[in-house]
Amino acid sequence: MKRARIAWAGAIHDAIEADGQLELLTPAFRGRRLSFDEVVWLPPLAPMPAHRPRTILALGLNYADHARELAFKTPEEPLVFVKGEASLTGHRALTVRPAGVAYMHYECELAVVIGKTAKKVKKADAHGFIAGYTVANDYAIRDYLENWYRPNLRVKNRDTCTPIGPWLVYAADIPDPMNLALRTTVNGKLTQSGHTRDMIFDVPFLIEYFSSFMTLQPGDLILTGTPDGVVDCQPGDVIVTEIEGIGALVNTIALQG
Amino acid sequence: MTLSPPPFLPGGTVYGTLLNFKHELALWAARAAEPPYKGIPQAPVLFIKTANTFSPQGAAISLPASVPEVDVGASMGLVIGNFEDFWPNPSADRPQKAINMEATAMLPRVVGCVLLNDLSIPHDSYYRPPVKFKCLDGFLGIGPRCVPLAEVGDVNALKLEVRVNGTLRQTVDFSGLVRDAAMLLADVGEFMTLRPGDVLMLGSDCLPDGTRPRARAGDLIEISAPGFDPLVNTLVGEPT
Repeated sequence: MKRARIAWAGAIHDAIEADGQLELLTPAFRGRRLSFDEVVWLPPLAPMPAHRPRTILALGLNYADHARELAFKTPEEPLVFVKGEASLTGHRALTVRPAGVAYMHYECELAVVIGKTAKKVKKADAHGFIAGYTVANDYAIRDYLENWYRPNLRVKNRDTCTPIGPWLVYAADIPDPMNLALRTTVNGKLTQSGHTRDMIFDVPFLIEYFSSFMTLQPGDLILTGTPDGVVDCQPGDVIVTEIEGIGALVNTIALQG
Repeated sequence: MTLSPPPFLPGGTVYGTLLNFKHELALWAARAAEPPYKGIPQAPVLFIKTANTFSPQGAAISLPASVPEVDVGASMGLVIGNFEDFWPNPSADRPQKAINMEATAMLPRVVGCVLLNDLSIPHDSYYRPPVKFKCLDGFLGIGPRCVPLAEVGDVNALKLEVRVNGTLRQTVDFSGLVRDAAMLLADVGEFMTLRPGDVLMLGSDCLPDGTRPRARAGDLIEISAPGFDPLVNTLVGEPT
């Protein structure tokens, strides 16, 4: 099952994928089918409860090849940073490249959506705590890197700079999240190609690691890092980050303003 | 009888600010010039206190057995409001002067301030994000009330007092900020939106020797400021 969250006809709706169309789950329109082109795609995530904002954890340098690409040695423990929900945007969205920067790059990442309260979970049990998966594009603007709590939020927590979607794919449909191909194209040209089997810290490890000191709740996200092959993106570029069996997330770079 | 309102909890993301006191930044000057830092920070350096850290007023905060003591980071949070909080009262812009900021459509509107106790496992490197030091369950004590800005007076003139088991351990003077409330809001707003319900912490200061007040299981921490009901947290050992 693939679920989406969309805006259409003045309201927000949950929908599922059906024969290459979106089928609405909203009672008033239940069963109505829409084409992918006639809706606005939102992050495929249900809103969080009041007073329990979403925790968005993201991994840096979690593929050995990407760590080498950035001239870092392989980390001995996860390099983790946190993002705010305001940085998220949906499929087919615009992401802003600030004026005057030299290097802004995409990062194609498998995103894990937590499905039930996770506290001190063991690796062997981790799959039972996953609701599903989606694709995230965790853009970075390297001009703004500073060596304080690096990667700092000015690099990683910018408005519009975390497209996510199009679908939440139920965990039951992805028997092995560590066996998925990832690829990114820029204007149709393949620029990044990797495989989740090359993660340094795999999904079960990450759930055990995080839940050992922080309790995760349904709707929380873990963005699991990107393989090598990141390149600069310019206004007008169309970036497609795609993960086998999960989806192809389309994003267009826009000028500021 | 009257029921007291439930203790305040943030509705959105809680952002903390690193090195926002001139005193601590000065102590870091020599180290900051060396690797891995290679210079003092230019833009605001933020971190996030995730939702699992929220400890409402009165909640005991549990320390894992592996954590003998924690740093107390007494801070003030600016609570971002909804449009509705300022409408339709035409004088609603006036309290924004409490943060030395003429309200404009460009800057997020602050509805009030809340005392916060930003607990950390002591760590002496600020190079990597502090998730494993700052995002443990319960590691953010949250004051009982969001005090409306109109009642706060001048945010940048506030002084907080930190007591552990009744002994005064620190006075935090917000006149010593690197970026005052208005400047911090403006510089953060340059790269990200603070949404209604989000909270932006002004930072925490260190003691004269560069450390922060330490506390351990069994200690009672109280953070107080004029016009605010004290924030009280008790630390307890992790149940086995």
